[in-house]
Amino acid sequence: MTDILKAHDLCKDYRLSHGKTLRALDHVSLTVRSGEVLGLVGESGCGKSTLGRCLLRLTDLSSGNILFEDQDISRMNDRALRPVRRRMQMVFQDSYASLNPKRRIGDLVAEPLRVHPDANGKKRSRQVIEVRLEELMDLVSLPHSALARYPHEFSGGQRQRINIARALALSPRLIVADEPVSALDVSVQAQIVNLFTDLKEQLGLTYIFIAHDLAVVRQISTRVAVMYLGAIVELGDTDAVMQTPAHPYTMALISAVPKPVIGAHDERILLHGDVPSPISPPSGCRFHTRCPKAEGRCSAEAPALRDIGNGRQVACHFPLH
Amino acid sequence: MAGDAPLLDVRDLSVSFRSGGRDVPIIENVSFAVCEREILGIVGESGSGKSVTAMAIMRLIDDPGVTLRGSVRFRGQELTTLPQKAFRTIRGREIAMIFQDPMTAFTPVYTVGWQIDEAIRVHERLSKAEARARTVRLLGDMGVPDPERTANRYPHQLSGGLRQRAMIAMALSCNPALLIADEPTTALDVTVQAQILDLLRNLRTDYGSAVMLITHDMGVVAETCDHVMVLYSGRVAERGPAAAIFSQPAHPYTAALLDSIPPLTGPRPTRLPSIAGAPPAPLERPPGCAFAPRCHYAHAACDILPPLVRCAEQEVACVLPGEGKALPPRMTERVEA
Repeated sequence: MTDILKAHDLCKDYRLSHGKTLRALDHVSLTVRSGEVLGLVGESGCGKSTLGRCLLRLTDLSSGNILFEDQDISRMNDRALRPVRRRMQMVFQDSYASLNPKRRIGDLVAEPLRVHPDANGKKRSRQVIEVRLEELMDLVSLPHSALARYPHEFSGGQRQRINIARALALSPRLIVADEPVSALDVSVQAQIVNLFTDLKEQLGLTYIFIAHDLAVVRQISTRVAVMYLGAIVELGDTDAVMQTPAHPYTMALISAVPKPVIGAHDERILLHGDVPSPISPPSGCRFHTRCPKAEGRCSAEAPALRDIGNGRQVACHFPLH
Repeated sequence: MAGDAPLLDVRDLSVSFRSGGRDVPIIENVSFAVCEREILGIVGESGSGKSVTAMAIMRLIDDPGVTLRGSVRFRGQELTTLPQKAFRTIRGREIAMIFQDPMTAFTPVYTVGWQIDEAIRVHERLSKAEARARTVRLLGDMGVPDPERTANRYPHQLSGGLRQRAMIAMALSCNPALLIADEPTTALDVTVQAQILDLLRNLRTDYGSAVMLITHDMGVVAETCDHVMVLYSGRVAERGPAAAIFSQPAHPYTAALLDSIPPLTGPRPTRLPSIAGAPPAPLERPPGCAFAPRCHYAHAACDILPPLVRCAEQEVACVLPGEGKALPPRMTERVEA
């Protein structure tokens, strides 16, 4: 498998008032392989959305490099980025906010086709766009009649299908999906997760799938990266990470998910307290304040993300496996 | 439960909103009971009427276009016809409610402690100092670190988990017999959700309170509730003991809903079993079973609204058990926590 995207040592700082800074991403490095689904999980404020946005250059980096299809995009200006943007797209959580309520679905989905030239650098004709629109509706299982309607006429699940259709319009290689099913009801969520799976098979896409719901991430991802306070704490194959988590945080996170089975919570690891503020993160390992296994070394020395074999990486002085 | 009168007894509760010259039925003939110290889970998707049910019980729907029918009895006393003034002595004191978003439930201009003190002093004759002492004790009980200092902070200075704890403390301030919790953990992260659920589970022993827990998350129900009521499109689909419903759901909707949750352990299915379509809007609700258009088992008999019938340990609004075609037990991977 070739690597479609390589991120090295990404940092993102937000300057706050009173001379404080918030480090949203703290030296994050990761590789996305072509054709895989990389799940990014973590609690709110862990930096998973910031990372997704930075990888697509929707948010500017403070430092670090991003190689997309072997091209360094981390310092490119908007103009140079334009042709790259065709190859990478994003799907957002709020399906309604991402669709202009005053415009018809046909207009909304056609916009990328109008803005970007085709493979020969020419403007697409109206007929070409119309054919493509119908193809896209078929891909996301919506009737062609949807093109003439407005966003408010659709349910949340259907609106998310429209957003996916728009993201697919230019046949991208990489899609970053930021909590695409979190706002949906469970019964509809399963439809959209299946749609993502089908489209990946059909079109050979690569996804970075950001979600806080571990069960959804497990269902769709081939690999998972677990984030805590702006850093990746564990990364590896989905089944390995979920079955034998190596980082105590991953372990606690999995154990905290309520399972729809009676009597499942008997041996739960209950973490104390909240996630610390990223404005003044704890010294050493950022998880040591809540970690049941923390020792003296953990508060003094920050563990680096290191390989533990089989493509697993973990940032812990005392990994569980 | 014979001889043991329930704490809250809701019968045939219907709420409709007037819109565009038509009555839009939001919930239809919802009946259930909550016993002392019991945790009842009300589950359903958005628009199923779970929050409206709670709001109707608390008489928080204050709109001239709303018609409310049915009966709500609390300790035998009818609440729907009670004068406002008398109801105010019950709301907040006997029945308290917590909401999904503590940021909007607290006013931002007073400290958290001030607001809890006020709730106590409305219902009980206590001095400011006595009220504050109770506030601090409650916050401490809810696992708030450094409760004295936290009481003097404003809602925006607290994290989501702490705000939710403070709201639960406020709701418990007068030791209510019933706590209605409307999606109390939906806005929280899982590790914090686990703490709050733990807190809710312990309320019956620590405070003797019953809880009516409204949620869309089947996992939350399985981990906290004794009884469950499943709502679909404003009607009761199924209700009964949680253990029975999770091991052998009797309504095809409950079964399909449980199936569509991706498993956290065991083999991963290549595709998730999903329910086609979406729940009907209140005005497009079919006269028969509301789930029939999405149901695998739908047939001619489903065109007539099925009444709630007993099926094993639970009651279900479906024709299948009556036809001798009850659903098979649920296949679950035993979860090793």
